[in-house]
Amino acid sequence: MIWSWIPGNGALIWQLTYENAYLGVVPALIGLVISLPLGVAAARWRWVQPPVLTVVNVIYAIPALALFIALIPSLGLTDTNVVVALTLYSLCVITPNVAAGLRAVPPPVRQAATAMGFGAARRLLTVELPLAGPVIIAGLRVAVVSGISLASVGQLIGVASLGYLFIDGEQRSFPTEIYTGLVLVIALALACDLVLIGVRRVLTPWGALS
Amino acid sequence: MSFFSWAWDWITTSANWSGSGSIPQQLLAHLGYSGLPFLIAAVIALPLGVAAGHTGRGGAAVASLANVWRAIPTLGLLVMLVVLLGFSPLTWLLPLVVLAIPPILVNSYEGVAGVDRDVRDAAKGAGMTTVQQVLHVELPIALPLILVGLRTAAVFVVATATIAAYIGLGGLGRFIIDGLASNEYGPVAGGALLVVILAVLVLILFAVISRLTVPAGLRKQGRPE
Repeated sequence: MIWSWIPGNGALIWQLTYENAYLGVVPALIGLVISLPLGVAAARWRWVQPPVLTVVNVIYAIPALALFIALIPSLGLTDTNVVVALTLYSLCVITPNVAAGLRAVPPPVRQAATAMGFGAARRLLTVELPLAGPVIIAGLRVAVVSGISLASVGQLIGVASLGYLFIDGEQRSFPTEIYTGLVLVIALALACDLVLIGVRRVLTPWGALS
Repeated sequence: MSFFSWAWDWITTSANWSGSGSIPQQLLAHLGYSGLPFLIAAVIALPLGVAAGHTGRGGAAVASLANVWRAIPTLGLLVMLVVLLGFSPLTWLLPLVVLAIPPILVNSYEGVAGVDRDVRDAAKGAGMTTVQQVLHVELPIALPLILVGLRTAAVFVVATATIAAYIGLGGLGRFIIDGLASNEYGPVAGGALLVVILAVLVLILFAVISRLTVPAGLRKQGRPE
């Protein structure tokens, strides 16, 4: 371990960390936005659920590297390629949670909202989704944490991330660089996870319905 | 040209099907590189998960392990071991075993820990020994979740064994890494498609296994709702 390497390459490390955070977090947020209507549909219409779950399982089985490669003809070796691929994965993680969270809302709660004169849309937005919140955020946490870790694989197709430190460190047989990358990826993922735990505490202090 | 036409052209070129480093050879190698770590992980994680689930201890440890595990970049772990150990079997085995353990551990824990209190008490009341309780009552009830864990692990390992080619091993990743290095998209797309097909076959295999082994009365329970 050559500690002096780290401050000596501070700018590079900072830039890669930022890139990696961007590539990990943005897809999860886009995935959340797309997952909400999908999950609502899956929770609402029974027949939607099995095909959605099957598609999700199959997409999740595609290796990240293979997915990046499959997107090269249409998106090239760009950030967008990695963002689109990781967005697909985040859909796979978040959509089932949205559906499960909504289904766990007890019927009496739903009936009470209806009895108070809530329409379907208002009931969904102000009662059901908030109650499903903790489960949805749990899915978002998985998407963000695995997204940050997977983004490093994007380096193999040349998209900059902390994965650069792995590849470069290996080529130069320089362990310090690899350790730095490993520690930063894990630290970044856990930091984002902590932020999301905080968000959950603030937004949905009631915790998950069992 | 699209991804699929590139992949298809390459896969259907007969020259790629014979000789050293051909598709069948790398396919077999890939199965080896993923099968062995999967088995090792199952042998380690399944008993641990079941034991923790049966005693109800270690739940918090299992949960936080699952969380940290997702953050570990397999590529980073792999290159770290290359630099530290050189090209020993441990170099590629360890990252894949590490990858496969948590899903198996967490799901077998959750499955066994989630067995109804009343069912456990009934088993005990009927005079079953601990071993009988676990083997004849808790395991069958936990089976749907245990299979989900094994499936997740198997798919992850098959998918990630691709990266092992980066450190010079065989397997389907060979086509991808070599193709990327020589700027040939054909083998890259073809190799990627073959990995996807293999992963989907693993999914189907587990669907069949769960159909055959999960007791009829529990089948509904394995699905959401």
